[in-house]
Amino acid sequence: MNNRQFAPTERLTARSRSALYWALADAVVVAKRQIRQIPRVPDELITAMLQPIIIVLLFRYLFGGAINVPGTSYINYLMAGAFVQSAVFASANTGVGVANDLKRGLIDRFRSLPMAPSAVLTGRIFADLLRNIFVILVTWAIGLLVGFQPAGTFLAWIAASALVLLVSLVFSWLSALVGLLIPSPEAVAQAGIIWLLPFIFASSAFVPVSTMPSWLRAFSEHQPVSLMMDAVRGLLLNQPASSALWQALVWCGGMLLVLIPLDMWVYGRRTAR
Amino acid sequence: MTKVPAILAEGVCKSYGKTHALAGLDLVVEAGSVLGALGPNGAGKTTAVRILTTLLKPDSGRVEVAGLDVVTQAAAVRERIGLAGQYAAVDELLTGYENLTLFRQLSHLSRGVAKRRARDLLERFDLVEAAGRLVKTYSGGMRRRLDLAASLILAPSILFLDEPTTGLDLRGRLTMWALIQDLARSGTTIFLTTQYLEEADHLAQQIVVIDEGRVIATGTADALKAQVGGERLELTLAPGSALDVAVEALGPYRSGEVQVDTAKRHLGVPVTHGAEHLAAIVRDLDAAQITLTDLALRRPTLDDVFLTLTGHTATEAKEVAETEERQPATRRSQ
Ligand SMILES: Nc1ncnc2c1ncn2[C@@H]1O[C@H](COP(=O)(O)OP(=O)(O)OP(=O)(O)O)[C@@H](O)[C@H]1O
Ligand SMILES: [Mg+2]
Repeated sequence: MNNRQFAPTERLTARSRSALYWALADAVVVAKRQIRQIPRVPDELITAMLQPIIIVLLFRYLFGGAINVPGTSYINYLMAGAFVQSAVFASANTGVGVANDLKRGLIDRFRSLPMAPSAVLTGRIFADLLRNIFVILVTWAIGLLVGFQPAGTFLAWIAASALVLLVSLVFSWLSALVGLLIPSPEAVAQAGIIWLLPFIFASSAFVPVSTMPSWLRAFSEHQPVSLMMDAVRGLLLNQPASSALWQALVWCGGMLLVLIPLDMWVYGRRTAR
Repeated sequence: MTKVPAILAEGVCKSYGKTHALAGLDLVVEAGSVLGALGPNGAGKTTAVRILTTLLKPDSGRVEVAGLDVVTQAAAVRERIGLAGQYAAVDELLTGYENLTLFRQLSHLSRGVAKRRARDLLERFDLVEAAGRLVKTYSGGMRRRLDLAASLILAPSILFLDEPTTGLDLRGRLTMWALIQDLARSGTTIFLTTQYLEEADHLAQQIVVIDEGRVIATGTADALKAQVGGERLELTLAPGSALDVAVEALGPYRSGEVQVDTAKRHLGVPVTHGAEHLAAIVRDLDAAQITLTDLALRRPTLDDVFLTLTGHTATEAKEVAETEERQPATRRSQ
């Protein structure tokens, strides 16, 4: 043990930079923390990757024969739903992570530091976005393996992937809000997904909405997740879906506009327990 | 010019629904001093720390840290404080060293100085060997030590420690005490909460006793102990030794009424400077042919302080608080 004194000596926080600089720099630090943890809890990434694989295989081979879609093969129809669905489920991890930080008191510590308050959420969500890129690539791979044949241009496929990533961003912010509001990480893992199920399944993901009873169809046709899927499908299969595309973009933009400030506001007043 | 106190709280209230966690807390801590906040479970210590460290907003009252308002100037306050909360707040999935790096970077500290500091802290807290391991493999005490190291990395001018030694073994506790004393010597203002009078006594110049969200007593450890009545000598006599003879022999040393328990052959004697007189007391009892089976000099505990100040013990306090919640009219006054 040494006897060096720990003096509150120099003002170590010397570097004066703009608030924006720190908001970005701190977010990068938090994102690095998150990314470093990925290989340390491999089951989380593996689950996120298994999700699209199972869904694609299951629907392609189990239900695929029984479902007819006009104008294209079932796997071609299915992929847009698989992309959006796995992005949404992968995003549910954001909330579990936030709830864990809250429970462990880490959020308390972060909030007592002179760091940019926004960075705890933006950094984590940025890292989750990187991980979701990986999930999207896995979805592409499994789709192509079982006979997915996208139409149109390479640029349109990139645009479709970018839209899926945008959807995952929206749902990460939503999930973070759930994580901030529900105290137990276990409950967040459950609740974060359960209420999404109607949006995922009562949608155009697996069967065309035209096959549904009219009361369900009214919901399925217009709910945002369906619109997002339709927009992605339009881009992947080179179908004209411009109205779905802009509606999906408006939904994403609108939800971000509401969710980001709301998340920040709630973050600013949550403490452990 | 009057000196700005490091910590100032005036009439701070905070309620959770019907629970009044703080009910008009008043505090002043001079810059460079150590304040020990003593109180039983549920007294409001953690709530006070959270408000002082900008984590919670008070319902009412004025709170200033380093002369800055904790609500309106929270960001500036955070640059001047360090916090080790009641429960270790470290990242399980990072190594010890990575944790310190994370908190250093998020505190915007310059690299060179802070890196050296991180190494020093790991050494001091005996974590050098464990520093490369994931925290999830640490024991509870190791986590606690890492947590304290993390709160010191900023070299804050005002440090908040919420029950810093709860859960530490003897060695960890002594390390922590030495560190707190070092920090205090070098001018850090320290606000520390504890459930042990002994700890507050050892570390703090000024002690406040908190109960039911209010400061019920304040002063130096000696002043509080004087209120409680100093030490007690507890004796148990062997069969055959006369109790009244023993009481007689103890006459010159007692500072209050001697309590006699005939059935247990037990004597409770309030004394002052008991340790100095212990040898003489034993000699006198020996001369009076008294044989002892047990002899103890007991220093006042938190329970004694509470008993004296509030009329109920620390462990009872919680239940009393809850009963009063339902029957507001029955509040005991001291
Ligand atoms: N988030 C919360 N929601 C509801 N009640 C709370 C909350 N936090 C604290 N309380 C209540 O406020 C009171 C004071 O709690 P606090 O944690 O400040 O006590 P403490 O002195 O730190 O106790 P301990 O020694 O157990 O740590 C308690 O009655 C507690 O139940
Ligand atoms: Mg507490």
